[in-house]
Amino acid sequence: MDRNGGPGGAGGPAVRLRGVAKRFGAVLANEDVDLDILPGTVHGIVGENGAGKSTLASIIYGLYTADRGSIEIDGRPAVLRSPADAIAHGVGMVHQHFMLVPTFTVLENVMLGMEGGFRLRSGEADIRARLEGLSRAHGLEVDPDALVDDLPVGLRQRVEILKALFRGARILILDEPTGVLTPDETDRLFTVLRAVRGAGGVVVLITHKLREVMAVCDTVSVMRRGRLVGQRGAADTTTGELAELMVGRKVGQAARPSGGAAGTPVLGASGLGWKNAAGAVRLQGVDLELRAGEILGLAGVSGNGQSELLDILSAMSPVQEGHVEFAGRRINAAHPATPAEMRALGLAHVPEDRQQRGLVLPFEARENAVLGRPESAGPGPWTSGAAMQAHTEPLIARFDIRPPDPRLPAAGFSGGNQQKIVLAREFDGAPRVLLLGQPTRGVDIGTIETIHAQVQALKERGSAILLVSTELDEILALADRIMVMNGGRIAGVVPAKGATPRQLGLMMTGAAEGGAV
Amino acid sequence: MTALPRWLDTGVLPVVNLALALLAAAVVVALVGEHPLDVFAVLLQGAFAPGSIGYTLYYATNFIFTGLAAALAFQARLFNIGAEGQAMLGGLGVALACLSLEPVLPGALVTVVAIVGAALFGAAWAVVPGWLQAYRGSHIVITTIMFNFLASGLMVWLLSGPMMRPGQGSPQTRLFDEAVRLPAVHDLLRGLGFEAARSPLNLSFPFALLACAAVWVLIWRTKFGYALRAIGHSEEAARYAGIPVRRAVVVAMALSGALAGCMALNEVLGVQHKLVLNFSAGYGFTGIAVALMGRNHPLGILAAGLLFGALFQGGAELNFEFETITHELALVIQGLVILFSGALAYMFTPWLARLLLVRSTGRG
Repeated sequence: MDRNGGPGGAGGPAVRLRGVAKRFGAVLANEDVDLDILPGTVHGIVGENGAGKSTLASIIYGLYTADRGSIEIDGRPAVLRSPADAIAHGVGMVHQHFMLVPTFTVLENVMLGMEGGFRLRSGEADIRARLEGLSRAHGLEVDPDALVDDLPVGLRQRVEILKALFRGARILILDEPTGVLTPDETDRLFTVLRAVRGAGGVVVLITHKLREVMAVCDTVSVMRRGRLVGQRGAADTTTGELAELMVGRKVGQAARPSGGAAGTPVLGASGLGWKNAAGAVRLQGVDLELRAGEILGLAGVSGNGQSELLDILSAMSPVQEGHVEFAGRRINAAHPATPAEMRALGLAHVPEDRQQRGLVLPFEARENAVLGRPESAGPGPWTSGAAMQAHTEPLIARFDIRPPDPRLPAAGFSGGNQQKIVLAREFDGAPRVLLLGQPTRGVDIGTIETIHAQVQALKERGSAILLVSTELDEILALADRIMVMNGGRIAGVVPAKGATPRQLGLMMTGAAEGGAV
Repeated sequence: MTALPRWLDTGVLPVVNLALALLAAAVVVALVGEHPLDVFAVLLQGAFAPGSIGYTLYYATNFIFTGLAAALAFQARLFNIGAEGQAMLGGLGVALACLSLEPVLPGALVTVVAIVGAALFGAAWAVVPGWLQAYRGSHIVITTIMFNFLASGLMVWLLSGPMMRPGQGSPQTRLFDEAVRLPAVHDLLRGLGFEAARSPLNLSFPFALLACAAVWVLIWRTKFGYALRAIGHSEEAARYAGIPVRRAVVVAMALSGALAGCMALNEVLGVQHKLVLNFSAGYGFTGIAVALMGRNHPLGILAAGLLFGALFQGGAELNFEFETITHELALVIQGLVILFSGALAYMFTPWLARLLLVRSTGRG
């Protein structure tokens, strides 16, 4: 497939943006963005949450129309009013959340929308042949007759990439593609991206993980607050410099925890099993022990039972099999507990989904600060604005929540500050056990530092912390012991000291077992 | 849905909806050959003239109770469509208290028991769908609608059978004792030395005002109200916070049903002094539109209730004044207001947002 000789000519950029701006209400998502993406490169766009990188990608893919500015593709001015326009210009996009029909086969998903003719059969053989050719050319092996539902996440992503290439994409945009992948799958994805580049295509990689940018990109553009603040050759820069550009100031390296002696066990679980409503086994034979003054990191690819485990430990879901022991209570199927009872026993819970669960978004910050703490809301059966205010103000000060307005609805805070409201509330009063689900998901780098420092401080005050995170870096930075989950089972427990991402990655995919600690 | 600032949502939008409803009504009026402005003048006169205002407030009382019923449940995102049936049962509670206790207790005491009876019977009729929703997952919209039919059937059976006034062929009970009733406002005023035109307005209206205040306190000043609002916005978050969601749903429905049942105080204990078939006359359903227009806030419901009261009273007046405007046509005009402020309450939200907000931010 020779597409190099486009009208733009050799040397001209594949994508050229000039003065692109996009505003959503009062928010300026993109401003004065000038960007050249050269053919035959992997171009990274990095930035914190809300820096405007997804908006920029959506403009190139025709999902949004820019308020101002011009776009040229292969040297020709392009008016992109819809993804169909973008596809016609050879732009393809792989979204963070896959757009596949799970009950269709790979082939059916690829041909969706381009079946060609009334009778399905007529186009199918042709499409199958072209698909197989594409797969081989780019090292994207996948069985065309496999049901998408049966494929692991990494392969589903391949199907998305194939879909885009099949529609003639030479400019492939990937939005946070590694969020759901194991380290091993990430490596394989990068091999594919290099193959696309080798075939003369362009890859635009949107991410917030700097290590990956350094691993695969040729050029990196950094965005901050809607503007492009820098562009570097990947070979000429460091992750430190990029982080500084992203945040706009120096970022300190998180100190490794001291790994001080852990205290007595405070929460134990044994033989936990869980089946969802459809009867699928999500947890099987899970044992764990949390000790005072210790952080136990729970690593694993998203969807391997971590959420179910958090739900059971916090009594959001009933125990079906096995038991939980906490503060002298034994909780099992016959003796269930409620979330309120667990809280009263000294359990705090930062839920993975803060917007659905951890906060009531239309409620004011001070109302959210007493969620699950009715005793702080006012005397007896009454709520009192003054009482809630008095409870909230120190929390705002301690976590530097901005704006420091206890009466602003939670929906009015940024993602990082929303998370700080949840953390401030749950950290308050030094809980005996803290369940900490994805504490820094969608949070700025600057805020991550603050949050990690607070987690360390809470541990030093003697709380037992279960940290669930899909970010291996976070677990390696904070945890004393690391427990890896795979397919609803504990794949192993290892001390954090000496653990490597590679070793953990293999355990996450079930390829290696760790010793019990 | 586009989010509007509070002042737009609660202040401007209802007025826009009302204006459009009146515009549509003007077209209808013009089509039958009357001049819209004349008709509206009669409507206003009919609703607010000194001799009519009592009627307007009397109708408003019904709307306030049923509107509060819908709004309270909706705080927990429960669509209580069953206010109609709950009001019927409230009437049954009043009638049973009066008919059975009149011989043995003094009138004032029977009146108190009747008030409690109205609330309890209304609550009981709402608790069953509430329980089914909370513990069995039966959708509350479906069950409350079905309970309206059950209530209707029950009333027909009782009033044409066991409770029918002996020796008469119409579906109603005998009159209650003279001492057992909520006094009319014109009688009370006369007692204080003021003359007021006769109207069906009775002590239920101040009760309705008290109910507005009580609902406001409950929703925004108690922990139970906090729990209801939390459930309404995010049931997941409520469960996470340790709120017993199921129990709260049942209690919310009970309170909602009690408010709907109190509508019977106005009609049965205040005006008719007997239980008649179909006294609820659709007020329970219109209450949903009242709650929507009042944005589920007691003050808004008070305002919307007064508006609907005025429309009902003024609409009745049109019938007398214009030959071409029949009772049915007056209903059409009322229906248009219900349609625009109820069913289409949010139709103009995006336009209003674009029109007013884009201008104020000074499009860049």
